[in-house]
This record gives sequence, structure tokens and C-alpha cells, in this order.
Amino acid sequence: MVSITINGREIKTDQEDITLLQLARSEGIGIPTLCFHKALLPYGACRLCVVEVTGGQNTKIVNSCAYPVREDGISVQTNTPKLKQIRKNILEFLLARCPEIDMVKKMASGLGVKEKRLPEKSLPEDQTEECVLCGLCVRVCGEVIGKEAISFVHRGAEREVAAPFYSQSKDCVGCTACHFVCPTGAIKVKESGNKRFISPWNTEITLVTCEMCGISFAPENSGEYLQAKLGLPAEWLKLCPQCRRKVAAETMGKYDFTSRNVILKK
Amino acid sequence: MMKMTSPAELEKYRSSILEGIDSGRPSVSVCCGTGCSASGALEVVSAFERLLEEKGIQANINTKITGCHGFCEQGPLVLLSPGNRLYCKVTEEDVDDIIEETLLANRVVERLLFVDPVTGEKIEKEEEIPFYKKQLRLIFGDNGKMVPTDIRDYLSLGGYSALAKVLKGMGPQEVIQEIKNSRLRGRGGAGFPTGLKWESCDKAEGDIKYVICNADEGDPGCFQDRSLLEGNPHLVLEGMIIGAYSVGASQGYIYVRNEYPLAVKNFSTALEQAREMGLLGENILGSDFSFNIKVVRGGGAFVCGESSALITSIEGRIGEPRYKFVHAAEKGLWDRPTVLNNVKTWAAVPLIINRGAEWFSEIGTEQSKGTMIFSLTGKVNNTGLVEVPMGISLRELIFEIGGGILEGRKFKAVQTGGPSGGCIPEGLLNLPLDFEKLAEVGSMVGSGGMIVMDETTCMVDVAKYFLSFTQEESCGKCVPCREGGEHMLKILERITRGEGEERDLELLKEISDTMQCASLCALGKLAPNPVLTTLKYFPEEYLAHIKDKKCSAGVCKELIEYLIDPEACTGCGRCLKACPTGAISGEKEAVHILDQEQCIKCGNCMEVCRFDAVSVE
Repeated sequence: MVSITINGREIKTDQEDITLLQLARSEGIGIPTLCFHKALLPYGACRLCVVEVTGGQNTKIVNSCAYPVREDGISVQTNTPKLKQIRKNILEFLLARCPEIDMVKKMASGLGVKEKRLPEKSLPEDQTEECVLCGLCVRVCGEVIGKEAISFVHRGAEREVAAPFYSQSKDCVGCTACHFVCPTGAIKVKESGNKRFISPWNTEITLVTCEMCGISFAPENSGEYLQAKLGLPAEWLKLCPQCRRKVAAETMGKYDFTSRNVILKK
Repeated sequence: MMKMTSPAELEKYRSSILEGIDSGRPSVSVCCGTGCSASGALEVVSAFERLLEEKGIQANINTKITGCHGFCEQGPLVLLSPGNRLYCKVTEEDVDDIIEETLLANRVVERLLFVDPVTGEKIEKEEEIPFYKKQLRLIFGDNGKMVPTDIRDYLSLGGYSALAKVLKGMGPQEVIQEIKNSRLRGRGGAGFPTGLKWESCDKAEGDIKYVICNADEGDPGCFQDRSLLEGNPHLVLEGMIIGAYSVGASQGYIYVRNEYPLAVKNFSTALEQAREMGLLGENILGSDFSFNIKVVRGGGAFVCGESSALITSIEGRIGEPRYKFVHAAEKGLWDRPTVLNNVKTWAAVPLIINRGAEWFSEIGTEQSKGTMIFSLTGKVNNTGLVEVPMGISLRELIFEIGGGILEGRKFKAVQTGGPSGGCIPEGLLNLPLDFEKLAEVGSMVGSGGMIVMDETTCMVDVAKYFLSFTQEESCGKCVPCREGGEHMLKILERITRGEGEERDLELLKEISDTMQCASLCALGKLAPNPVLTTLKYFPEEYLAHIKDKKCSAGVCKELIEYLIDPEACTGCGRCLKACPTGAISGEKEAVHILDQEQCIKCGNCMEVCRFDAVSVE
């Protein structure tokens, strides 16, 4: 059992490997984050979740997303003027980088950014920066999907996320988990006919067509991989989810959908 | 080479080497370190080899190609014994004289002696040259005495006696205690007590443990790790073996920059020789301790010198830092307990074991023990690598060892600790050099960089330069370092262009604070140091750039003008010819005129003028 205080409130936990962020949130104490996702390992890149941890005479500023709760008696502050200043600066940085992104704008005004003091990132005229480099897409691809189809490339101010050599990655299974976790909408997915396009990765995925209704629904090349990974049924690439449900219901033999009448079969 | 199966056997072998050395035989040591090689030391070596053979006396004279002697300014250096005579700036053409005069007739070749820039006096012996006199060359001293690729040279100087001592009768705990008692602190920059690090790794649970040598030295102007690995690789290796023994590690890694091919080569040779002799590998010196080392070459990222990024890089992933709430000593390489130390830290270990913790802890200051190797560079007379006891003052280092400022100009500041360190002004020259004192004034010991600046250096430009370096090398993972650094650099660029505003200074301080407090790793946390220290100690220079649009050092091109003094100009035409844009006009022997519109401020005119007629404002 470890007992700590957060913003003066005493909190006890016997959960091993719990982080400060998890503990604070479980107690209803809000700490802003950008690169954190509960399905992924802590990354510590956005630095919005910084808190002040005091143990004995020393106070240090740490990222709460990864800070393990294991020292008894520490006192944690989550919203001091210093921390507010840091978060405000970080949002100013992000706003200068992605001035057109609503989510960044909202976060910035929520954390007290009132004026634009920093020059916007210079890009060719018709482009705007949409990526905040939180790395959620890279990490979900690696940690959850088990593929590493995309990665960070270059460093410092030139850092960006890309598929290898900016061309279609052989490892991409077209699952669009990257699109799903992206907080800014920078990863765009379009479907047309039996093709799926994931725009920032220059990736085109062929979809399989449902044998019953004819719609295109699942990435062809992900077949066995996702089936094994997610425990999907063997026929999942033959029928679209709706038709599969229908067939399942029919074979289970409880309902007759065609007649819309409920008939119990023997 | 024979495999040694016990410490006693090693000592016997050492005696046989020592017996074979004819101490009366003249020897020539040519420094072939980085600096000397660049100024032609390899040609000097081949001249020696050729001429000694031609004269048929190669058997009588011992020629050694050694690592860096430290006094790079005066290279190529040739050290002759008996007599410990040092010849400076030796060229191929001098070799014949050295052989005929000094080696054969025992006479001094006057023109090759070091001339004291202060007194004008010629100095014959190495140890009497002021550059060396004030140094305490414990770690670095043997560099000039041995051929780094010959393990017998290292053995003849007492090499591997510390390892033998440890294996003969010291338990791992005893070794750790000895290192703790010595109060050695990590030489990579942070100054963490080495003994404590080893202790926590020793106590950490795990069947497999690692030791790593950080040789990813990347600070501009720093080359002490390189020189040690090139010049005395066995010393570092011996330290690592002892460290591995004490924490129970079976595998070690040395992470060395790929840009250091000779360091990689010499260290790899040392590994092979040590393996052949049974000093590395299975059952070292017949004991049940087994340990091996692999060389990992870095991919060229400065940030990989940061411990967590270095470990990630060894693991084969992108070398980016991780948060470190659990120390590497507990969970490091592949999540196993790992001791990671700098080259210089490892190199200090054999000395401490041989001469005792008490001896070591008597050197230095209360908090910082032992010696530190600094690379003294910039606008100072004697540039090179210097090893001094901790606690020596900046003044002694720069004005006595360093011989003062170039061309008698005025000292302005010294940047310590590499690009992440701070600039220290003249008022703090009496500051004793140790971990705490340097941190107090906003700088750090860091990797031991020491760049001296004089009145011709613009402090805003310096801050901009160092920040552009750290910005270029930022991995970009965390927001404060990636974005904050870029914004600071933009502001500094604006100021040096004369487009700065006074509120920029406040913004610089604010962003610096956020970077220091919130960056993920030390690169981002320390990157604002040059900006903050120059803002603190040289605020007037920033204000001059912003308000008066003036750069008093004459560095920032947008803020300066070159002027030709009509009184002093003789119309010789030198500047006219040197000007790349044709901005200077004028008849021969008539006053020349500089057209400011066409001038690109390259400064060629000022450089070539023999009459000091060109000035900068």
C-alpha cells in the first residue's frame, strides 16, 4: 500500500505499476494529455501531463503518464502556476505548428493561450500542418496491431511520420487503427469502389467484396493476420459484418429474417 | 601471444617484458593523435622510418607511434628520450636533423623547441613547458609513452595490474566499496557517483547484467574520449572488466561514434589482444569470472550520447531517449540491470584500484574528486587536451596552461560543457572548476569542452550557434525541445539580423524555462544554457543588437559595415583584388572606396589590408 497526496488530498493505492496519471484520473483529478492513450504504453512526448512531485526537500517536474506510484508519502501538485505556464507554452508551440487544427485551438484556449506570440510554421502556400507528432499512430500500429508499417522519420524540426521511403508499406494491413487514434484528423481514409486510400502513407489497399451483398468491406491483405490477431471467424473475409450477422443468426436457427416473423425452429 | 591463466603468470610475463626493455636506448615518440595527424605527423613517421633504415640504425632506436599528447596547438609533436625533449611543429624536413643532431650526437635542435609566448624563452623538456607543468596527467599521461596497439607497452607501464589485484584478492563488494570511497563521479557530464551506480546495479535482481561504455562523444570541439580510446584503449578496457566483475556482468558494450574510425580500430585491436591473453572472455586469468565486450558503432546522432537513447540504439531501435523513472542500473539494456559510464570514468577505475581510494579522494575539491580532462579550444594560445585536478580555477586553466588569449586580445567569456553548457564571463574567472561550482553559475562540467572567446566574439551569435547545434541534433520526440528550440533559434536569428524587439528577451527566458523544466531528456533541458547565461552575463550585447542595431564584436553581418580609412589607405590595391563582389574601387595609389550596396561583409578586405585601413563598425 502506497499513500500519497495529490493536490493536498490523500490517496492510497495497492495497485502495482499504477502511474500518477492513472491514479489521479481514477480519483477524478484531470490532467491534460495529448500523446497518452490507455491502449498504449506511456510515451512521454507531449509533456502536457507534467506534474510537480515533492519528496523530502526536492521538487521535480515529471511526466505523470509514466511516473510510477511507488514512493510512499510523496506529494503531487497537478496545476501550479509553473505547470500552467509550461502547458500554455506547449500549446503555443503546437498552435504555431498547427494553426488550423480545431482540437489544438480548443486545447490552447482551454489552457489559457490568448494571443499568438510565436510565428506560424512556414510551409508551402497550399499546405497546412495537421500532425502534432504525438506518435499515437506509430505506436498503435506497433504495439496493438503488431505491425510497424509507419514510423517517425528524420529528427528535430524535420520530424514526421511516414511509411518507409514515403511509399506503400508492405506491412500495412489497411486496418486504419492509425486513423482511429489520430487526435487531429491528420490521417485521412477514403474508400472508393473496392479500394481504400490512407492518404499520408501513400497507401492503397484492395478490399474484398461481400459474397452476399456485394459491398467492399475488409482489407484483402490483412486476411489471416488480423484473423489470428483478433480471433475473427474463418469466413470473415467472405461476408461483410451485416451479412455475417444475418447468416449467423440464421444458422443458429432462432430467427427468420426474410419473413420478419419470429419463428422458432426445432 | 600466450594465454595467461593466473594473476601470478601475468606478473611473470610483465617482468619478462620489463627485463627486455633497454632503458638507455634512445626512443622517438611521434604523436599521431587527431590533431598531429592532421598537421602531418604520419609523414614525419614515415620520414623517421625511411631515414633510420637508410642510415642503418633502425635497430638502435625505438620508434613509437603514440596517441595524443594533448598539446595539439604545437603538433606534430615528437618526444625524445632519454631527456624527455619535446620538439614542436615537426615536419618531414626536420627529421634528418633530429636524427643526426639529437639521436646521434645528443644535441638540441633549437629551432624545434617550444617558445614560451609570454617570455620568449625556449623550453627543452616537456615537463617544463607551462602547458604541461600545471597539469596532473593521471589518466592521460601514459598516452605519449606507449604504442596503443601493443598490449606489451601497456603491460610495461603497469597495465592490467589492477585487474590482477582484483581477481587475486578483492571481492566484488570490496571493489564497489573502493570506488565508493574514492568518490569518483561520472565523467560524462552529470557527475553521478560511480560507486552508487555500481552498487544499485549489483543489488538489482537479474541473471544477466550489462556494462556499457559511452564513447559517443559528440560535443563540438571535444575529443578527449576519442584521444583516450585511440591512445590508451587498454586502460578503458581494464576499467570495464573490473566494473563488470564487481556488478556481475557477463557482457559489455562500447558505443562509439562511427566518425572515430581509429578509436574503433584501436579498441577492437585491444579487445583481440586481451582475449588472446586471457584478460577477456571465458575464465579471465584462470578465475571463474567470464566477460566479453562488443563494439557498437553509433549512427551519427548526438542524442545517442544520452544514456537512454544510447541503450535504445544498442537494442537496434531508433536512438531516442525514454523517460527514466527507473534507473538503467535497475532496468537498462533489454530491461536488464546495466551500468553505463563514460570513457573517462572507466579509465579512472584501474588507477583507483591500484593506488587506492584514499589517494584518489585527496585530489580535487570537497564534492568533486580526481582529475578532469578538458579540451581547451577557441581563442587561446595553447589549444589541446589538458588534464587538471578538479578545483583548478578557470584563470589558471586559460591563462597559465592555455597561455592566455590569442594575439594579446581581451578575454570575454569561456563556454564550458559543450553546446549545452553556459558562457562564463571574466568576473567569474577565479571560479574553481567542479561539478557544483559550474552548475551554480549556469554552466556545467559536461563532457569537458572549454571554448575560450575574446572581444571579437559576439555573445548573441555564440548563443545562436550553440542553439542551432542542439536544435539540429534534437530528436524531435518531445514538444518543448523540438518546437521550443526552433522558436528560440528563430528569435535569436531575428535579433542578430537587427529585427529583434525588447520583449523577445522575456520570451527567450520563458521558452528556456519551459524547455528546462519540461523537456524529456537532458538535451532539451540543457539546450537553453548558452542563451540563459549570455542573457545573464552579457545583457548589454543583446540590447545593443535590439535597440542600437549594433554588433560590437563585428560579427553579425546585417549589423556591421566595413569602412576604409582614407588617412591610412595607401591605395595598394590588395583589398580591391580580394573583394569577391567588386565593391571596392579606386586607382592605384589613390584612396580606395567601398560601396556598401555591393559589400557582402565577408571581411576579406580587412584580412588582406597591411595598413589597418579597413575597420568594422
